[in-house]
Amino acid sequence: MKQLVILSGKGGTGKTTVAAALAHLACQDSSIVLVDADVDAANLELVLSPQVREENAFFSSKVAVTDPELCTACGTCEEVCRFDAVIAPDERSDSDPYSIDPVACEGCAVCHYQCPAEAIRMEEPQDGLWFRSDTPFGPLVHAHLFAGHENSGKLVSEVRAQARKMASAGEHDYIIIDGPPGIGCAVIAAATGVNLVLVVIEPTVSGVHDLERVLGVTEHFNIPALVCINKSDINLETTLQISDYCARLNIDVVGIIPFDTVVTEAMVHGRPVTAHEDGPVTEELRRVWERVQASLGTS
Amino acid sequence: MILTIASGKGGTGKTTVAVNLALSLMSQRHDGKLLFLDCDVEEPNAHLFLKPVITRREEVSVMIPQVDPIRCAHHARCTVVCQFHAIAALPNVTLVFPELCHGCGGCTLECPEQAIGEVPHTIGMIEEGRVGPIDFAHGILNVGEPMATPIIRQLKGRIRNDYDVAILDAPPGTACPVVESMRGADLVLMVTEPTPFGLHDLRLAVQVARDELALPVAVVVNHDGVGDTGVDEYCTAEGIPILMRIPLDRRIAVAYSKGTPLVEALPEYRDQLCQLFASIKQEASA
Repeated sequence: MKQLVILSGKGGTGKTTVAAALAHLACQDSSIVLVDADVDAANLELVLSPQVREENAFFSSKVAVTDPELCTACGTCEEVCRFDAVIAPDERSDSDPYSIDPVACEGCAVCHYQCPAEAIRMEEPQDGLWFRSDTPFGPLVHAHLFAGHENSGKLVSEVRAQARKMASAGEHDYIIIDGPPGIGCAVIAAATGVNLVLVVIEPTVSGVHDLERVLGVTEHFNIPALVCINKSDINLETTLQISDYCARLNIDVVGIIPFDTVVTEAMVHGRPVTAHEDGPVTEELRRVWERVQASLGTS
Repeated sequence: MILTIASGKGGTGKTTVAVNLALSLMSQRHDGKLLFLDCDVEEPNAHLFLKPVITRREEVSVMIPQVDPIRCAHHARCTVVCQFHAIAALPNVTLVFPELCHGCGGCTLECPEQAIGEVPHTIGMIEEGRVGPIDFAHGILNVGEPMATPIIRQLKGRIRNDYDVAILDAPPGTACPVVESMRGADLVLMVTEPTPFGLHDLRLAVQVARDELALPVAVVVNHDGVGDTGVDEYCTAEGIPILMRIPLDRRIAVAYSKGTPLVEALPEYRDQLCQLFASIKQEASA
């Protein structure tokens, strides 16, 4: 069983479009498990028509809550909190209790341990939901982090662990993971331990800048990477520059996908682009999948 | 006024709107001081368009524990109080995992032997400088480091009352770095595209800004003309004003790809963006 994650650094370059297309192409002669690891803006479900089979609550973070009856308004919590989460009472009265801003609270529990009146307890609010669903292309594990909640990295780890369990039980050939943008905790959680990273970028100054950073992450964690250039004809000169840059790093460019409005059209119709049309975009995505398989040694 | 530009979905044009709004206000000789903060510290891009002259760099670090092995009596109190599994007391040695530490200082305060001091652990950097009259700063998260929020917090320390306008370019998504970029804003301007992905992520971003943080929100529709009518219907139903529409235009995409600001390539947008700013001011004070 091989794990492939689609990353980009920069958002909106076409990760989900590529992930959905590869899922559609892969399922024709292999069995796959799909993961949407962009848990704070999950879009893969919009093009895979999932039937939710199982819904699970996700708990991970903690948040401090003061008991106004026990609070002596000593102000210790405000002194020890490094996250500006303690709301001091109105200055007019010094007996009013302190309270905690749940959005600013990091959940570190320092105030809970330091409060001399033991007036602060730690609560565990639900942070999100994760789902096991069926799609026409294979099972999908996906999740919704609740708006503004923390620990997207842990939720990514959770959905990936569930997918691995399913894949080894069902003897699936591939886990295909649609990754989050950026290079921080969610990306690290999505990429650690995979066999291959496919970076989807666009030929823009931002795309190039972000490619360099995301390849820094794959190098840091020692994960093999391939690159696919999307919307390549928006700037052919930059597309060439990227190819040269990748050649210098010994990283293969496995696809050069032209800009085409069929991609948005397919999205509006809620299906992978490769299931929607049979033009240049689909042709190139077929090549990408072949080269990914070759790189994974599964072709 | 503190204005945060966000979106949920990536690649919808946050940076384009933020950068060109700043440049338009500058060219209009906007009276009052302008501050621009790029809060997408995982992938900061605004500098590629604004081309600031960087005058100062500072490291961003979180304070992580350093255990004095002589004083440590292996009570393991630190392991109990740490909520992030960043410190582990083994029978003969106490280990610190810097990437997991949130820098709360709990273990230092709670250690019964006072065996834990703190040392800075660098997670990134802030660069600041100027773009003409605009004060500019962005944060850069070090590769391999997971936590973006402390850098954003330190960046926001630059917001002072003598700035007439602070424009914050937020990262994509809806998780903690986005919340930190929105907190304290007078208005969150959502840049979206009229597609199912754009709408889906716009809803989530509105939940964070309007429902969780109780901030006014308004929308800019970018790539107008692609996709469907979902975003328009949603904004009408939710009473969210659409303050500007930018069409899908190959000239804009080409300028963007080269790092040329929109208002340089197509100066007619300058007036529209100044008009956008006037509408934003009105919405924020409504």
